[in-house]
Parts: sequence; structure tokens; C-alpha cells
Amino acid sequence: MSTESIAWPSTTVGSRPFVDHVHEWIATVDHKRLGLLYIGFALMFLMIAGMEALIIRIQLIRPHNDFVSPQVFNRLFTMHGTTMIFFVIMPVLFGFANYLIPLMIGARDMAFPRLNAFSFWMTAFGGLLLYFSVLGGNGLYGAGSAPDVGWFAYAPLTSQTFSIGHSTDFWTLALLVSGFGSIGTAINIIATVLCMRCPGMTLAKMPLFAWLNLVMAGLVVLAVSPLTAAQIMLVIDRYLGGHFFDTQAGGSAVIWMHFFWVFGHPEVYILVLPAFAFASEIIPVFSRKPIFGYSVMVGATIAIGFISMSVWAHHMFTVGMNAAANTFFVISTMAIAVPTGIKIFNWLATMWGGKIEFKTPMLFCIAFLFQFLIAGLTGIMQGAAPFDWHLGNSYFVVAHFHYVIVGGILFCVFGAFYYWFPKMTGKMYSETLGKLHFWIFIVGFHLTFDFMHIPGLLGMPRRIYTYEPGRGWDTWNFIVTIGVFFQAAAILVFLGNLLWSYFRGKAAGSDPWDAWTLEWSTNSPPPAYNFAVIPVVRSRRPLWDLKHPDDPDWKYE
Amino acid sequence: MSQLLVLICGAGIAFADPTPPLSPTNIFAPASTPAKSIFGLSLFVLAVTGAIFLVVFTLLLYAVLKFRKRANDDGREPPQVYGSNQVELAWTIIPILIVVALVMATARVIAVVQKASPPGNAIVVTAIGHQFWWEYRYPGLGVVTANELHIPVSDPVHPAPTFIHLLSADTDHSFWVPRLAGKTDLIPNHPNTMWIDSVATGVYLGQCAQYCGTQHAKMLLRVYVQSKDEFDRWIEQQRQPASVNEAVSQGQRIFETTACINCHRVSGTVADGRFGPDLTHLMSRDTIAAGAAPNTPENLRLWIRNPNAIKPGSLMPAMQLSEQQLDALTAYLETLR
Repeated sequence: MSTESIAWPSTTVGSRPFVDHVHEWIATVDHKRLGLLYIGFALMFLMIAGMEALIIRIQLIRPHNDFVSPQVFNRLFTMHGTTMIFFVIMPVLFGFANYLIPLMIGARDMAFPRLNAFSFWMTAFGGLLLYFSVLGGNGLYGAGSAPDVGWFAYAPLTSQTFSIGHSTDFWTLALLVSGFGSIGTAINIIATVLCMRCPGMTLAKMPLFAWLNLVMAGLVVLAVSPLTAAQIMLVIDRYLGGHFFDTQAGGSAVIWMHFFWVFGHPEVYILVLPAFAFASEIIPVFSRKPIFGYSVMVGATIAIGFISMSVWAHHMFTVGMNAAANTFFVISTMAIAVPTGIKIFNWLATMWGGKIEFKTPMLFCIAFLFQFLIAGLTGIMQGAAPFDWHLGNSYFVVAHFHYVIVGGILFCVFGAFYYWFPKMTGKMYSETLGKLHFWIFIVGFHLTFDFMHIPGLLGMPRRIYTYEPGRGWDTWNFIVTIGVFFQAAAILVFLGNLLWSYFRGKAAGSDPWDAWTLEWSTNSPPPAYNFAVIPVVRSRRPLWDLKHPDDPDWKYE
Repeated sequence: MSQLLVLICGAGIAFADPTPPLSPTNIFAPASTPAKSIFGLSLFVLAVTGAIFLVVFTLLLYAVLKFRKRANDDGREPPQVYGSNQVELAWTIIPILIVVALVMATARVIAVVQKASPPGNAIVVTAIGHQFWWEYRYPGLGVVTANELHIPVSDPVHPAPTFIHLLSADTDHSFWVPRLAGKTDLIPNHPNTMWIDSVATGVYLGQCAQYCGTQHAKMLLRVYVQSKDEFDRWIEQQRQPASVNEAVSQGQRIFETTACINCHRVSGTVADGRFGPDLTHLMSRDTIAAGAAPNTPENLRLWIRNPNAIKPGSLMPAMQLSEQQLDALTAYLETLR
């Protein structure tokens, strides 16, 4: 375990043409480069889907606004949701997993480097296919169009009767193709975590980051497969005379809902477990204490993985399931609050008695704890099925899941960006700009998503391009829209910080946070082979042992 | 962070004074048995989640403020604590107990609302969702109407609930009138049922709550809760055949010789379409285009001339009529009382 590096043979050519660099990135099978490709790809789509959100909110700033037509509005919310889930959050999380897992477990690459490259390019191709619909949606008939069926694309709106042209086909194929990419990466993560750990690193000595991503990858394999199957069934319905979801020929719209949500709910945990993984690395380091209750955290993660497969129909409390089915899904939904609560308590206990340093990554993680608490509690409200008969499909649910995805997941992702930026680039980010980003974003986030709950409670359904005045919704929608501008400004500060720090930042050194996991034992940025000598570990915090030979962790674990 | 407080205050306002609600569609101003059952449960859930919020929020805030690194820090690492089984056990068992309480309260309300069976005097209505309007049929009473549902008020002593069978002619829709009941979806090939029984007369608003296509936003719901006498008079009036008036025969001829009759029905005439709303008693309704506009002669004329002006993406085509034809046709429709 050291920062020594292997000298390259001195025969390299001085400067190479630009296309060589491009070719290196396109043909790469290095997990770090693929990780960065995933992250860059996600940032690009974050810009696009963020602009879509901005237009949606401008349209809703006042009743009977006509900034965009209903047709365009419906495409915007479909594309915003689909893009954010499949081409922003999933890729950015896969990117960090790809980059960090081999470094954290002391490996030189993922288990299947070529599968890794294949999976990334499938995902990238899926994203491009989705947006090609803007040009190709109507085939040869003139003006193109993007999908407008909503991100969960309920049948029979997706049938050829109601969705003419090819917009739904682009949506289907984009998810089908990127789904294969996701499954490929998930298999890769599972194989890497199970087979590539360095000597001494038993499963019980892995960083929590690896555990959480292992369970996430297991969920991807289990949950994305039914989505992929459903997409194929939809193509069969649309082109090969199938009637799976064709209600006019005896098919079932409800079956599509089951297929979608048996993917869709585990998907929430697919997105949130890696966010938990970031928090579980960042909070201990900036509290200067080991994670509290490691084995309980692992157990809670596995419990979340299992229970998350049995809660999907809480998205369907209003579709007319019988009382027994509704009650079952109330029980499973409430049950998942227990391991999730345990996690929040363990992070709290990790900070308890520590010496908390308010560096930018930690600020984002602390905000995550508060916000995820609220998101969990509004989730419990909707888990009470009769309450959900009101809240479901209202703006309350929109506010709730944005609280999870933005207030929970995205905050952790920002924390991860700042925490590992020095490792990935070798440069230290600007703490001033980082804190500016945090404070502007938190103002925008709360303006938007706190106040978004209220029109939902006052009866405003989601996915409406405009609304009637006199329903008590006007003021709230105005405030919500104003918040979006703060968020957009914060994102610009964030991107500015990344660029400025990359070109002008101070050298970070290999271990700027005085941290404890293996990625901080190698150079920043790490060489292609990660470790000159494969490390050997005796505890969960190998660098703590190294820095405190008189008081090593392995004596207590 | 603030929305929980606002939420509870909102509930309090609604509880104290339901007559001028924050909004005509406030879920915390229930006016019907199912909505009141849900309201009772939501107060319990809000109280429990509010209490959890206060406790955990305080602990988090305390930890963040108390254990921050001080300016005069000695640079030594704090005591390294790895965990505690007793503490873990405590914060596992307490949440489990809370969850059990929540599940039991919830299961009770599910049973109360879902297992109610219609008494003999219940009004039965079939509601059919269409892109982008509502069809209401009263099978026992021989009445067909659109977009404005009329039901009798329910007396606490002699309850007269309305049971609604929910069907869809095309895509998914959802029936949501927040002050009367939670929402239930209308799904093609998947019949659903719900019930309401308002204890106060008045007009209750709502709208389609499941994305159903381009004009999902303007698929509005209006429920007229009337006294028993008023409701009976309304039914009697709706059962009359369409009025015939020689003065507007030119407009009637235009109506019956264009594509209007492919979709619309006027009882007693050749117009027998089912695709659009029944127009036999069009002028008995307050609104047109599923609540999108008040039913005035000007709006009606505009709607016929160019439906997209009121509801872009509506499935009603513009019939390309001349100005004289529009006048005559509007005059005819104005007689359908």
C-alpha cells in the first residue's frame, strides 16, 4: 500500500494527434475512464433534462399560461422523467461505482472490462436513441416528435391507437437498449465485488460503499429484467399483433402497471442505495469516526433489498385492488421504513461524539440526512393507502419523489463529486464555490419542493399543462417556479467549479481528507493499473491502521 | 422542512372551519363519509410522522451543532466508537411498534371504505371516462348526461349514498373529487367501483387524475349535490325528450346533415352518436368542454367554430361552417334545454 508508481518505458512519443486521444477514450476498457465517461454523459443529460424542467415550471408559473402547447408540455414531462431516471441518475451512480469499487477493494479493474465498455456504450446509445425521437418520431410524415406517454407509459396510451408515429417506439427501444447496459454493469459489479477483492478483504471488511453497490447491482438484475421484458411485449403489441396490453382485444392495462412498478419501485432503491453508499463514506471521514454499527448497516441494506421487491403495488392503490391486496402492500411499504430508519439513526450515531468538519461534501450529506428524513415521512403518509387515494398522482407525490431523488440522491451525488474530485483529477476544488453551490441550491431546492407539496394537498393532479384559477394553487406554483431558477443558478456554479478547479485548482495530493479507504492510498489521479503493489488489508479502515499503528482497527473488529 | 408544519396548519384550518376552504378541492375539507374516514386516518398519520420528525430533526440538529469541530481543536481524533447492540435494538424495536400501529389504523380505514355495500336506496351511476370528458349514465333512472354529475344529498339518518361504476372507453382516467372521496381509476377492460355520500348540498370540483392524453388537464369534474326534491326534478327533466322548436329548424338541419351526429346524441332525432357527449339537455349544464368553459352562447359558438381555441388537442373537429351556419347551429343548440 503506497503511492509508488511503475515507470513507463521511456519510448513514448512526445505529442500525439488529437484523434488519438479521442480514440483512446472511445476504445477504452479502463474502469476509471469508463466511470468518467458515465459521469460526463450523465452531466450532459442533466443539462438537457434540467432545461426541460425549467420550461415545465415556466408554463406552470400561473394558471392558463400558454408558454408551451399541451402537446409540447406532455413531451417535456415524459422526456424529463425518462432522461433523469435512466440517463442522468443511473449513469452517474454507475460512473462512481465503476470508478471507485476497484480502487476501494484493491483491484486493478472491474471483473469484465470489455463488458464494462459494452454496457456504457449501450447506455449511451439508448440516450441518443431517446433524443433522436425529436427528429424521427413521426417517421416520414413531417414534423418529428418526442414521446408523450409519461415516464411510466401506462397502457393503452402506448398502443398504436393512441400513439401514432414512432415516438413510443423510440422510448421503448431507448429503455430496452439502456436496460441491457444496466444489466451488464450490474453483473460486472457483482462479479467484481465478489471475486476481485484484495488479500485480507473479507466480505465483512469491505467498505460499506461496496456492500451497498453489491445490493444495488442485485436489484438491477432482478428489476430491470421485467422492464426489458415488458418493453419487448409492447413492441410485440405494436407491430406483431400481440394483445398483452391491448384492452380492446382482452389485454390488460393493469398488467403493464404491475410490470412497470415491479421494476419501478426497486428502481428507487437502485438509485438510493448508491447515494447511501456516498453518505456512508463521507459522513465517517468528516466526523472523524468509523461508521456506527457496520454490520447492522449491512443487514439493513440487505433487508431493504429484499423488502423493496415486495412493495411495488403501492404505486397502484387507486387502480382498484381489493382490500386484502391493498393491506398487504401497506404492510410491506411500512415495513421498509424500519431498515431505512435504522440507517438514518446509524449515520446520526456516526456523527455523535465526532468532530464534524463542514467541508462541502459533508454539507451536502448533512442536508441529505434532514431531507431524506422528510422524504421518508411523506413516503409513510402515502404508504397509508387511503391517504394515498388522495395523494397518489397529485403534486404531493411529485414533491415527495423529488425530495427523494433531488433532496436525497442528488445531494449525495454532489457530495460525492466534491469528495472524490481530488482523487479523479488530482486537483482540489474551490471550497468557496462549493459552499456557494450548496447554499444557492439548498434555497432553490426548498423553495421548489417544500411548497410543491401544498397544491397536491389542495387537489392539484400531476401532469397537467395548465390549471384553473380559483383553486388556491396559484401562489404555491409561483413560488415553486421561482425556486427552479435558484437551482439552475447553483448548477451553473457547480459546473463552473468543476471546470475552474480542473484547470486552475491546487494539486490535491493522494489523500486530502486524511481518509481511510484504499482509493486514498494511490496517486491522484490513479495510474491505469491503480496499485503498483496489490494491497493487503486487515480491517475495514486499512489507512487508519497505517496511520495509527499503535491503535489499529483490526484489534477491535 | 417547513411543509410539515404548513401541512398540519392546513389540516387545522380545515378542521376548524370547513365552510370557506383554502381551496374548493382541499383534501382536508371532507364533505362525505369516505373522505371523512380518510381525513381521520390522515390526521393520525400526520400526528405520528410529525412526532417522528420533531424527535429525529432535533437529534440531527443537536448532533450537527454540538459535535462540530471547534476552532480550538487539539487535532486529536475523537474516541473511535464502532457500534452498540443495545442501541441498535432500541431503534429497531421502536420503529417496528410504530409501524404496527400505523398498519392497523390504515387497514381499518381500507376495510371501512372498500367493503361498504350499497343499501337498497343507493343511487347507482355508471361513469365512463373518455378522452377528454365524462359520460354519466343512471341505468335505473334512464338518464344519460355528460361532465356534470348530479346526486342527491345524503341525510345522516337516512343515508342515500351514490355508488359509481367506473369504466373507460379509451385510456386510463381517474375520478377525483377531493372533498367527496379519494381517487379511483377508470381503466379500460377493468371495471372499478367507488361511492360517495355528501352531507351538504353544493357543487364539488375535481378533475381527471390519471394522465390520459393531450387534454388531460382540462378534463374537469363537477358534482352537483342536490336536495332530494331538486334531484328528483332534475331527473324528471333529464328524462324528457329533446325539445322541438320550428324557429330553429335550419340549425337542426345543419346539425343533422353534418358529421355532428356521428358523435353526438339528441334523443328523438336521427342524432345517435356515442363518441361525444349526449346533447339532449345541453343547456341544462353550466359548462361545456368538460368544464373548460362556462356554457354561454359565445363560448358555445366559439367551441363549434374552433374547439382548439378552448381545448387544444380536443377530439372534436372544427366543422368549417360559415358564419350563418354557426349562428343557426348555435341557436338550435340553445333550445336543447
